[in-house]
Formats: sequence, C-alpha cells, structure tokens
Amino acid sequence: MSELSADAKQKFISADRAAASRKIAMKGMMQALGMLPILVILTIGFHLMTDGRFFTGQNISIVAQQAAINTVLAAGMTFVILTGGIDLSVGSILAASAMVGVIASLIPGWGLLGIPAALLTGLFFGLINGSLVAFLQLPPFIVTLGGLTAIRGVARLIGEDQTVFNPDLSFAFIGNGSLTLIPGVLSIPVLAVIAILVILVSWFVLRRTILGTHIYAVGGNPAAARLSGIKVWRVLLVVYAISGLLAGLGGVMSAARLYAANGLQLGQSYELDAIAAVILGGTSFIGGIGSIWGTLIGALIIAVLTNGLILLGVSDIWQFIIKGLVIIGAVTLDRFRTQGGART
Amino acid sequence: MAHPRSDTAPTLEMRSISKTFPGVKALSNVQLQAWSGEVLALMGENGAGKSTLMKILSGAYTADPGGEILIDGQVVTMGDPIAAKKQGIAIIYQELSLAPNLTVAENIYLGIEIANRGVVNRPAMADGCRGVLERLGAPFGPNTIVGTLSIAEQQLVEIARALHANAKILVMDEPTTALSSRETEKLFALVKQLRAEGIAIIYISHRMAEIYELSDRVSVLRDGTYVGTLIREQITADALVRMMVGRELKGFYRHEHDPSKAVRGEVILEVRDIADGRMVKGCSFKLHAGEVLGLAGLVGSGRTELARLIYAADPKIAGEVILERAPRNFETPKDAIDSGVAYLTEDRKAQGLFLDMTVKENVNLGVIDRDAYRFGVLNLAEATRRAGKAIEALAIRVASPMVEVGSLSGGNQQKVLLSRWLETKPRVLILDEPTRGVDVGAKQEIYRIIDDLAKSGVAILVISSEMPEVMGIADRILVMREGQIEGEVGGTSGHAITQENIMALASGVGLQAA
Repeated sequence: MSELSADAKQKFISADRAAASRKIAMKGMMQALGMLPILVILTIGFHLMTDGRFFTGQNISIVAQQAAINTVLAAGMTFVILTGGIDLSVGSILAASAMVGVIASLIPGWGLLGIPAALLTGLFFGLINGSLVAFLQLPPFIVTLGGLTAIRGVARLIGEDQTVFNPDLSFAFIGNGSLTLIPGVLSIPVLAVIAILVILVSWFVLRRTILGTHIYAVGGNPAAARLSGIKVWRVLLVVYAISGLLAGLGGVMSAARLYAANGLQLGQSYELDAIAAVILGGTSFIGGIGSIWGTLIGALIIAVLTNGLILLGVSDIWQFIIKGLVIIGAVTLDRFRTQGGART
Repeated sequence: MAHPRSDTAPTLEMRSISKTFPGVKALSNVQLQAWSGEVLALMGENGAGKSTLMKILSGAYTADPGGEILIDGQVVTMGDPIAAKKQGIAIIYQELSLAPNLTVAENIYLGIEIANRGVVNRPAMADGCRGVLERLGAPFGPNTIVGTLSIAEQQLVEIARALHANAKILVMDEPTTALSSRETEKLFALVKQLRAEGIAIIYISHRMAEIYELSDRVSVLRDGTYVGTLIREQITADALVRMMVGRELKGFYRHEHDPSKAVRGEVILEVRDIADGRMVKGCSFKLHAGEVLGLAGLVGSGRTELARLIYAADPKIAGEVILERAPRNFETPKDAIDSGVAYLTEDRKAQGLFLDMTVKENVNLGVIDRDAYRFGVLNLAEATRRAGKAIEALAIRVASPMVEVGSLSGGNQQKVLLSRWLETKPRVLILDEPTRGVDVGAKQEIYRIIDDLAKSGVAILVISSEMPEVMGIADRILVMREGQIEGEVGGTSGHAITQENIMALASGVGLQAA
C-alpha cells in the first residue's frame, strides 16, 4: 500500500473514531435526558388544557415545593437502587424523624436542635437497614419491608400516637420561606433549593468520588466488585445510611412545612412515589445503570402530573388511576426507545 | 476404520458435522457412530469439541449445512431439544438439570405431566415411574424430594427420566466427576446393565481407568476434528494420549524473558499446604520473580480454586501464603491487591468486568483509591491518562475510552481486564485462562504481554486448559489432579515439558522415569 493511501486510511480511521465518540456522547445525553420529552409534553399539555394557569411563576413555585420532598427521598432511593437494592422504609423513617425533630424543637432556646435530631434519627434507621443487608446479607426488600412497618410503629410510639405541634418552629423558614430571584416575578421556595442541592451533591458523589464508582460497580456486578477489591459490605451499608439520612432530611422538610408531625399519617406511601421517580428516571431495578438527573426528571413528572390533574379538577380517585397508568406507560415507552438503540 | 460390527447399521451416526461460531470453527467434518448395546467413549482435551458435538446431537445447537445425523439409518433433523428427545436421545450433563424442590416423579414427568383438565394426577405419576426406578435399583421412592438426594442419586433420577422417555441413545458427560469411588462403582454396574439392555451409551470422560473399564470403543476429537476410533483391543493410554495431543507448536509464543529465573529467581510467593476442605487438598509451591509458572490439569482438578484461595477470594481452612518471606493472611481480595497480588478471573463477564461501565472506569477500578484526591474525590485527569496509556500499550481496539466494555469483542474485553490488574503494579500476577474466548490474534498479543511482564520481573502463574498454550509460555508447569499438585515438569523436575508427561500426570497414569 502506498504512503498516500496509508495516510488517507489513517484520516479515515480518525474520522471514524470521532464519529463514534460523537455517537457515544449522544447516547449518553439520550440516557441522561430519558424522560425529559415526557415532562415537556406533560407541561405543555397541562398549560394548554388549563388555559394558561399551569405555567405561571406562582404555580411553578408550588410544583417545585410539592416535588421537593419526593426528590430528596428519590435521591436516596437512587443510591440504593443503583446497588440493586430497594428501600421501602423511607416514608416511615421520614415520619419518625419528623416526630423527633418537632419534639426536639420544643426545647426552649434550642429549637434548631430539631434539625440535627431529625437527621440523626434518619441516619440511625438507615444504618440499621444497611447493617442487616450488609452483614446478615438479608434481602433488602424483606429488611426494609420490616422497617416500613416497625419504624412506622416507632414513629407513633414517639408521640404517644398524638400529633405534636410547634407553632413557633424555629426552622419553619425551611418549609415556607423562599428566595426571591426577580422581585415580584420569580422566587424559589427553600424546599426546592434544598432539593436542588441534594441532587447536585448526589451527582457529585455518584460521578466524582470513589464511593460513587463503587456503587455502580457493586450494582453492575457484585462478584466482580468483590474480586476487584471493593468492600461490598461497606458500599451497601453506606447507601442505606444515605437513604435514611435523606429520609431524615425529608422529615425536617415536612415538619417545617406543617409546624407539626404525626406518626401515623406523615409520609404514608412516600416510598412508592420515590421508587416511581427513580424508575421513571431510567434507573435499572437490577442495579448498576442510572443517573440522578433521571431521578430529578422522574420526581418532576410525578409532581407535574399531580398538580396538573388538580388544576384540571380531576377527582382524587381518577388522579390515582391516571398517575399509575402514566408511570407504566412512560416506562413502556422508554423500554421501546432503549431497545431501538440497543448495544452494538 | 474397520469395525467388528460394521455389518449392521449403527443406531446413531453423525456424518460430516461442522459447526462455525462467529470467528471460530468449533467442529470441522466430524463423524461419530454408536451401536446399540455398546459403550462408546468420547475423548479429547478441553476445547476439542466434545461438548459442541453433543449439543448438536441434543438439538441445542444446529450444525452447519452439509452434516447429517442418522438414527437407525434414517436421516433425521434435530431442530430443537424436543425433536432430539423424540428421537430417543437423552443427555446427562455434569450440571444436572433437575428441579430440586420437586419430587422424583414430578421431575420424571416434567413437561409430560399426567393431568385431568389441568389438575395433575400425582398418584398416577408416582405409579408410572415406579417400574423404571425398580429397574435401576433406586434406593428412593417416587415421592422423594429431589433436593434431599445425593448427587449420585440425582444422577439416577436423570437416568430414570431418560429411560422413562424411552431413550435409545444415552450420553453421559463426565458423570463420575462429583461421585465417590463407591458411587462410581455403582454407576459402572448400571452403565453395564443399560448396555446389556441394548442402549447405545456415549460416555465422555478424561479418566483413563474408566475408559478401560467401560468402553467398547473410543473416538477421539482434537481441535474440532475427528482423529480416529480405537476398538477395545487397541486401547492403551499411550495411544490415546498421542491421539489427543499430537500437535505441532508453531512460532506463536515469544519467549524473551529469562527462563533461568524459574530456578534461580528470588522466591516472591510461597504457598504451603493450602486447602479449602472441598476442592483443594493441600497444595504447596514456590513462585519466583520473573518466571512464568504454568498450572495445568483437567477441568475440575482444583486449579481455579487454588488460585482463588491464594487471592483470598474464598476462605481457606489450612495452609499459609508467604509473600516475600513474610506470612500473609489475606482476609479479602483487597488485602491481596494491596500487597501486590492480582488475579485475572477465568470468567471475565461474570466475575471480572463491569459490562455497563466504560473502558476508562474498568481500567481504573483497581487504582482509583490510590489516585484519588482527599475525601475520595476522583482524579479524572489521571484516570483518562491511565486509560489512554492502557489502550495504547495493550493495543485495545476501541473508539473511545468512554465506550461501554460490554460492546467490545472478547479479546479486547480481556485486555481491558488485564490492564486493570497491570495498573495496580502487581508483583505476583495470577492469570486464570488468560486467552479463553479470545481470537488467535489477541491470543498472541496476550502471550507477548505475559512475556514482557516476566521480563520486567513480575512473577506470573498461568492457569490454562489449553496444553499448547501453557507449554508455549511457561518455564515450568505444575500439574494438578483431584485437588493436589500431582507433579512438575520442566525446571529442576528432571521431566521434560511434553504433552505426554502433562497428560500422564493430569490423568493419574504417572510419569515414567526420566
């Protein structure tokens, strides 16, 4: 082969490589964005159907507020599901943490103590879940199903099955304050700010730290993870602890919003919305595949759906039915979409 | 080849069977004949094509066009396993295919349940298989749960299922691997009984003693081709070994590292009386810096298990691992890696790679904690540099380090996994089947990498089922048999590295005096 043609061939190969790199980058974008088109379609659809009442500064602020707590829980759930596990106990942990937080906030002069108290409560229950999964190697579904029931009981026990109030809650700004971005036009609720921060920190941990890499590795191939020198038990312990801690944060957010907590009702079935957000976000139930951005979009879809249906005046009963069908339909669509671009 | 029974048509005849997998010709023009009332032994090295041939017979694989399968002289098509079953073919694999939670009768009637409007009739099923269980002298009844039976008894259930389905041709794939010697004797008696009843038995085994005891004829495969058939009077260990191995080594293996290191090199790793209580029964050896030590033996002889014990992937119950004269009790693979021991698994997809993660992540997984900034923050620049360097050094053919490993070819996947271990800068590198499922070109490249590593002073232990490979790259070879190191060839052992010597050790025939 002549020198010229070898050179041409080389150029050809590098062009080929550049094209392949672009294709990979595109695929990555597609994966991260995933359900974004559905979110956009829902938003536009509701805006049109409600004669422009949906996409207003005020309503968006309400949606953000409604999405915030579920986003925080779903972020924790993402960590757990990425390892191939599940955490069914987050709603109950949220309730118990909120109870502890409100009771601690009643201590005169030490009201802010409620925040760390609630966070530590969440972390504590998360560590119990994690220990049972990591050390006794019990199935996560069983462990956290037990947690769902038992921790709900603990939440009721803490307040002697009564609602606890604190009308002077020192951290109420978390639940009801907002940061003004453009005076009179756009302000952003503190709840939403917290949720965004949680997403950003989660992204950093998952994509920029050893722990994050190990989480994906354990979820993708536990046997290989162990042989590669990863302490699998530590990764499992940490993800359930993170989920518990974020449920504790959810407890702070709920309590701050309501000035109160109730062990029986607070956080009921929140785990289901959190799981739905993660799954809508394209994270694989088997573990190892998924992104925190997907989870954010999933949580927003659920919040938009709830808010839009309320604006449309759809009855409570039909809201449930429609939400369930949209979740199944969206994931079905996603399945077809990813199958089309299957691995080469 | 002349055959004493060539006057009658064989019960089973396979003619010109070839099988091509993407990139590999697994079988080329292979033939096989089996008569009713005989035991035909099928022999060959690991990878010679025995399993592929039997999978074609069972309908699990389809042969390339041009081949024919005849049953009682009639050409048949084995489109799928059900068709094969209808033709009276039954295969008993090493891994038994029983449902352990069901009863013996339910297993025998699996898929052909006696039912009345969808309601199974258990008593009728139990009665239906009593006859065959009695015929086999089974010490259990039809209502026993299969999971409570021993392996030998479960094998009996498989045989009963085959006979119940009126099998005429029974294939047994290394049936004695998991049996005790008493159970083996019982199985032999049963095989002889079935032969007397007129069943054609194809018996796959590596064990010379079993071949002598049972077989009427032996057919040998090598590298996917048919070598020949010996009748009972012609069967000798020598003849069989020659038929199984007889192959030329080409200029395929580079050997630039210093072979004298295998004798004089500094001892880096010493293993003393290591055992796991199951597959490894007390093994000791020394590994020198700069040598390539081969670990040969048949599948199931405990080679992988030994490697995993050294690496602390499995718990050991006895013995010591001594690294640079200091006893080390590795608790986890992490300890081994931190001490400079790396283990490349034989099963890269299940045990090695993270197929959904990128080449970059896979290459860096062993060292991200060494490179990281404070608080475990990844050093992405260093990771990119390492990945780029590895792709270049090992000539990994990939469009970008951000490609998912699952999309690469076998050879490139193997190189990614190998580079993960090379990045940890091991002083001891254990390679378990380093070229399994890898094409010829990549094989040669991997051999060169191994040679280069030895040249740079790394101590390398290579486990391989491919004899030419282990002979081509190793300076000396330990041969394992039934959980123990049976002997050594090359080095100071006084025995030459020959296929005959290795096979003799591996099959327990023993070495002739050097």
